[in-house]
Amino acid sequence: MQLFKDFINGIWNENPIFKMVIGICSALAVTTAANNGIAMGLALTFVLTCSSILISLLRNVIPAKVRIPCYIIVVATFTTVVDLFMKAYFPSLYEVLGIFIPLIVVNCTVLARAESFASKVGLARATADALGMGLGFTWAITLISMIRELLGAGTLFGYRVMWDGFTPWVSAILPPGAFIVMGILVGLINMINRKTAKDTHSH
Amino acid sequence: MAKELFFIIVGSIFVNNFVLSRFLGQCPFLGVSSKTETAVGMGMATTFVLTMTAVAAYFLQNYILAPFGLEPFLQIVSFILVIASLVQLVEMVILKISPTLYNAFGIFLPLVTTNCIVMGVALLIPMNNYNLIKSIALGLGAGIGFTLALALMSGIREDLEFADVPEALRGPAIVFITAGLLSMIFMGFTGLVPLG
Repeated sequence: MQLFKDFINGIWNENPIFKMVIGICSALAVTTAANNGIAMGLALTFVLTCSSILISLLRNVIPAKVRIPCYIIVVATFTTVVDLFMKAYFPSLYEVLGIFIPLIVVNCTVLARAESFASKVGLARATADALGMGLGFTWAITLISMIRELLGAGTLFGYRVMWDGFTPWVSAILPPGAFIVMGILVGLINMINRKTAKDTHSH
Repeated sequence: MAKELFFIIVGSIFVNNFVLSRFLGQCPFLGVSSKTETAVGMGMATTFVLTMTAVAAYFLQNYILAPFGLEPFLQIVSFILVIASLVQLVEMVILKISPTLYNAFGIFLPLVTTNCIVMGVALLIPMNNYNLIKSIALGLGAGIGFTLALALMSGIREDLEFADVPEALRGPAIVFITAGLLSMIFMGFTGLVPLG
């Protein structure tokens, strides 16, 4: 039950992108097509889960004073793994995601979960939390990229879905579109939250 | 050469602003942009660290990582460590040399380590094969661009305090939409310098 709670926490209650609004550089930069969003999300989930597991296992070994540098090295190691893996097996995707794969190392989400959660709890809870946060990041970034691709190119995952006379709103896949889509989505999530909060309050 | 340097600096301040068009450094852009004073302080601290990082990244890449063939698997780890220790060093030196300067932007320095604009610039240098002078120009340009975006945003946000924003959009949502409009304005600079 506790594990399930930890898992769901990252997906909705403390969603890193829509609720905490941290680690959004990559969420804005690479979300020009749905494929990129999923790839970026999965890459981050991998780094987050592996580092959380390792940090949770090492939590009694790492001295408190030098914990942050230790976390950074753990995260950097797994980021290097993803970086080399994508370079070798998905070169075209790696080309598009560019420096944002190595930049996972400074993604606030990863370090924040290591510092505030993984370093304090056991292996099972740390894994559940990391998976939840990672998937929360992935669905959020995929949603943003789907909206941007649909409006900006009229396609979804590369397939044409809009009607014939549709004029693509090119701004959506240019930088301003990222900010505006993100702003509207955060606003919508706020609205849903306020509504559910009000409903539970009146019962 | 001078022309190229000019293109790099103007390019990274206006045409490809690191915050508004390359999406680096979003966390401080949203986090510390509610007051102009703190925004400028943060911008200056970041510019300072960025320029130093550019130099460090250049030497690390060309004199240690590349000659010994360590580049593929040690680049990320060594860059982040160098940035983290550089920030610590800068903080200690400033505290010793000038307490006034430390009061002005010392408190922002620890935050600079996890700012992805610093790591981003460090990674862009080997990617573009920049020489030392070009690296410094890139670091400086990125820093000035970051400061400019932060200062503009904080000016708007100070006025936004008095605006009647729909309740759901208060907080980060309206900041994103404002940033979108700013980014659209910066797109007007496209074509100002030829990008190579």
